[in-house]
Amino acid sequence: MAMMDPTGDGRFGNFGGMFVPETLIPACQELEKAFREAWGSAGFREELSALLKDYAGRPSPITICERLSEELGYRILLKREDLNHTGSHKINNVLGQALLAKRMGKTRLVAETGAGQHGVATATAAALFGMDCVVYMGEVDIERQKLNVFRMHLLGADVRPALSGSRTLKDAINEAMRDWVATVEDSHYCLGSAMGPHPYPWMVREFHRVIGIEAYSQCQELLGGNPDVVTACVGGGSNALGIFSGFVDTDSELIGVEPAGGAAVDRGIPGVVHGSLSYLLQDEWGQVLEAESISAGLDYPGIGPEHAHLAETGRARYEKVNDKEVVDAFQLLARTEGIIPALEPAHALAWMSRERGYLSGKNVLLNLSGRGDKDAIQMMEVIG
Amino acid sequence: MTQREEGVEDTLLQVIKAERKCLVPYITGGFNGYLESISAAAEAGADAIEIGIPFSDPVMDGPTIQEANDLVLSAGVSPLQIIDEVASLDVDIPLAVMTYYNVVYRFGLERFAYNLNEARISGIILPDLPLVEAGPWVDAAASHGREAILLAAPTTTDIHLKKICNESRGFVYAVGLLGTTGARKELADSAKIIARRCKELTKKPVLVGVGIGNPDQAMEVAEVSDGCIVGSAIVQKLLDGGGPEAVGKLVSEFRSALDNS
Repeated sequence: MAMMDPTGDGRFGNFGGMFVPETLIPACQELEKAFREAWGSAGFREELSALLKDYAGRPSPITICERLSEELGYRILLKREDLNHTGSHKINNVLGQALLAKRMGKTRLVAETGAGQHGVATATAAALFGMDCVVYMGEVDIERQKLNVFRMHLLGADVRPALSGSRTLKDAINEAMRDWVATVEDSHYCLGSAMGPHPYPWMVREFHRVIGIEAYSQCQELLGGNPDVVTACVGGGSNALGIFSGFVDTDSELIGVEPAGGAAVDRGIPGVVHGSLSYLLQDEWGQVLEAESISAGLDYPGIGPEHAHLAETGRARYEKVNDKEVVDAFQLLARTEGIIPALEPAHALAWMSRERGYLSGKNVLLNLSGRGDKDAIQMMEVIG
Repeated sequence: MTQREEGVEDTLLQVIKAERKCLVPYITGGFNGYLESISAAAEAGADAIEIGIPFSDPVMDGPTIQEANDLVLSAGVSPLQIIDEVASLDVDIPLAVMTYYNVVYRFGLERFAYNLNEARISGIILPDLPLVEAGPWVDAAASHGREAILLAAPTTTDIHLKKICNESRGFVYAVGLLGTTGARKELADSAKIIARRCKELTKKPVLVGVGIGNPDQAMEVAEVSDGCIVGSAIVQKLLDGGGPEAVGKLVSEFRSALDNS
């Protein structure tokens, strides 16, 4: 059971590639080589597995939702990535990349963050490995995710505001790339989603494949088979690829859910930004448009290239939900299951809630990619 | 209509043959007064001019060029408008545009090259399009007689550098430092090193850009290269409200420094 590997030039079908300044080409190629070697090495795999188990708390359980299932009229299973150390799936990728960076002799991690989950995870790994850490975060996101900013400071990271453009995730990525262009000799760019130049989309998905591998066996045990539908939220799309990878070779329907204001598959056109060719919200001149979402983690105008490929081939389907549906879903899970979800996976839940007719009688697996503590302050104002 | 029959490469090779150094100023397209600034730079002794077409996510640009970019974008100026305006410009030195790949990709590679040809814009620099991805664009540019100028970075491996020097048209753009565009206090050591490495591999003009902020630095880098590109220092003049006059004055300062080096 496996997802396809990209071609030698980093393509998933028509998408992907290595569209970065010439300065970064040797670093991307070196990273690809290092990752290929590490991923093929039993020693590296064992070291990472031990970290995921003893430090991050894997495997994450699957919770069968009794009350929510009753309310929506079909069986709902949650893959509990919210229970990982640092509160989201992001830690899987970050521990992998930090371990790899150490192996490559890098002493400093650079990261971008939207909601702050990837920034916190990177700051955590940097603290664990004794590395320097700089996290770029859009000024708007710094304001709406104060708690995570404080957590990053506590973990010893230098949080720098991205002040240009929409001052959200997209601009934080620009700043992180500019930093990396200047510091490439001793820094590793710890990119937080399955996007960017090759090998990132592939490498990040591989580091998250553990979600799908675990979920697949857990489903065999719990359901005696595969779920009818596997769903996850999609910004760049790393958590979705993680869980999809466990079921891509089965009959399970794969559904990615994007925010209506950042629906790259639905409203995007192929374009090149941040290192790869993929669906992108852009105007008629190729200027990248600003996404708009209540969730800082999905506030991104693009999507990882492998998702573009899965959409084009029809293996996965992409839906969108609006902010109001998300706020309702956020409260629904809290009220029925005692689980406060992050706003990001609440998108997938919002779709599930809307589609109760279609999903009636099915088994639906939702990747609950993160917990909602970080969103509590923002939601206090929204819900009142 | 303007003359501009000669391409960037032929023109710069003549400058080199005359034992002079090449000066290529960068001016942000669409910026208030940019057309007059291009003319002023040409009169002040520029050998070719690089015109920026602003992009929403310019990852190779530092704060100065970003700021000018943002002003142009928020004024709603489109890439085609800049190309059309430049087409009617009465300047007889060769012109190049610098933009990011998505602008070209969205336009359509062939259509972009065609439009540049119509506008008598000879060269194109795309700083986020590395050699490994440049094939389709290099072909499209060539089929319309345009010069795809490729960049060589301090980190570029010898194998890639050789290919870049072979494939590049117009000149080889040697990136002077590890970092984004913008003036620096001192010339980076990497500027001379990359220039020397390129010069050993090619007879094409080798110009250093990124981090050349004053005439002294231009003179220093000209010791080992065929000249330089000056961007942020000039754009700063525009941002400060100096207009074409300040641009012309600064270009002539660079010109005299290079002529005396």
